Amino acid sequence: MTATKTPTERPPAQRVVRRAGDRLFAGSAKGSGIFILVVLAGVAAFLIGEAIPALTAPAEDVPGGEGLSGYIAPLVLGTLLGAVLALLVATPLAVGIALFVTYYAPRRIAAGLGYAIDLLAAIPSVVYGFWGLAVLAPALVPFHVWAADHLGWLPLFAGPASTSGRTMLTVGLVLAVMILPIISAIAREVFSQAPALHREAALALGATRWEMIKMAVLPYGKSGVIAGAMLGLGRALGETMAVAIVLSGGAGATLNLISSSNPSTIASNIALRFPEATGLGINTLIASGLVLFVITLAVNMLARWIVNRRADFSGAN
Amino acid sequence: MAKRIEVSDLNIYYGDFLAVEGVNVSIEPRSITALIGPSGCGKSTFLRSLNRMHEVIPGARVEGKVVMDGQDLYGADTDPVDVRRHIGMVFQRPNPFPTMSIYDNVIAGNRLNGKKMKKAESDDVVERALRGANLWNEVKDRLDRPGSGLSGGQQQRLCIARAIAVGPDVLLMDEPCSALDPISTLAIEDLMTELKDRFTIVIVTHNMQQAARVSESTGFFNLNGVGQPGRLIEFNPTEKIFSNPDQKATEDYISGRFG
Repeated sequence: MTATKTPTERPPAQRVVRRAGDRLFAGSAKGSGIFILVVLAGVAAFLIGEAIPALTAPAEDVPGGEGLSGYIAPLVLGTLLGAVLALLVATPLAVGIALFVTYYAPRRIAAGLGYAIDLLAAIPSVVYGFWGLAVLAPALVPFHVWAADHLGWLPLFAGPASTSGRTMLTVGLVLAVMILPIISAIAREVFSQAPALHREAALALGATRWEMIKMAVLPYGKSGVIAGAMLGLGRALGETMAVAIVLSGGAGATLNLISSSNPSTIASNIALRFPEATGLGINTLIASGLVLFVITLAVNMLARWIVNRRADFSGAN
Repeated sequence: MAKRIEVSDLNIYYGDFLAVEGVNVSIEPRSITALIGPSGCGKSTFLRSLNRMHEVIPGARVEGKVVMDGQDLYGADTDPVDVRRHIGMVFQRPNPFPTMSIYDNVIAGNRLNGKKMKKAESDDVVERALRGANLWNEVKDRLDRPGSGLSGGQQQRLCIARAIAVGPDVLLMDEPCSALDPISTLAIEDLMTELKDRFTIVIVTHNMQQAARVSESTGFFNLNGVGQPGRLIEFNPTEKIFSNPDQKATEDYISGRFG
């Protein structure tokens, strides 16, 4: 009875035919997605769980004696200062490099230059740290002095100029070099995919090459550049080794980029203090890590919001 | 305003490959000239060489002369950017700038080369160009919306508005209707007939009825075989081409015996 009825109840046309390969692929894709969420949730739970003792501890027990926010605030400032400085220096440079490689350089030079930039990403961060300490810091000392003399009216260059060059400014520039390949690689990729259709439309209107880039390439690549910049910012925010080597941090919150007393950054502070930390000290460091986690999350959400804001005009429709 | 284009002994190359050979033709002002022929015969390549868009492709170059109103377009002191400002182009696929509003699309060419315009002046240019392209009534209430939100036929008329907004002398159209439905095609054909009073129009088309409907003169391009350069086989008034062509190949092509 049932056997004869089944075909009428479920005609073959309505049955979803799924091949084994499809099922395998769908399953593994879904599994990967879930895996990422589980890892993320695990890390967040660990950070929050371990940070709670520091969050609830009385202010005088927290290292530094000024409470948790008094401990973390200068670190947040140092982290943001270095990373934003790096971003401000690296993004225009990376966009320029990407445009040169994709639209200006002869093809042979472009390929070589592209590889050279990519190679920057292959240098370990500890090497960048030593380079910053041994080469860039001494080389920047004259600039520190000049900036203190001529730009001293800006809080950023209030001085007194550091004589070692181990300052937030140097850190920012080292970080800029480190994130340059990330941003320029992504920018290069999106610029080279700007549709020929729109590039030719601009040229046919009588645009010069630069105008063509402004009309057809940059608007198309904008969201990609922002995404690349945010990836770079993420790396700069979390960079540990290079900052720990270059910066003689530990001072309180200050916007001064060129003096020898600098706030440290969250990541380098954790790296330097963690081996000797005990008890509440560990919880405090983890709480600072939680703050870094939140900052990075906020940066990424901001980037997504910027990218989506003018979705109507993105060309995706 | 509308100008005559004299082409003499034009050879067009892609790198070492000779794509079009020995074109001699005189394109009349205030008329529509259609270029027909089988795929790969070089008619689009020829069209793109008229406003120096051909050389945008790496390795592409041209030998010979293209003279518009006494000026050699390939002369040593001629800037291709200037050439393209005077010879507008409409492409096969509608290509409004997706990041710009309808208004900004139309005015895009006028804003080039650092030119500044007053708001009233640019409003005027936009309205005239959109009216000229028979699009004004359809978009006047949503000029700030993205151009990519329009239908295909509207987008193509937007591209025509963009091309005529800068006041070119010549309008080149590379299969402007091949991505459009018959109604939109008719709208564009009517538009071309209106525009020929003000511009020299050259249109490449695969649609022979279209060439017969809209054009005064027709050029037939053909090639002897794959790897051979394309040639301009015959250039005559459209009625003659479609009724009593000089060349056997033209007759074979328009009567559907090949191609």
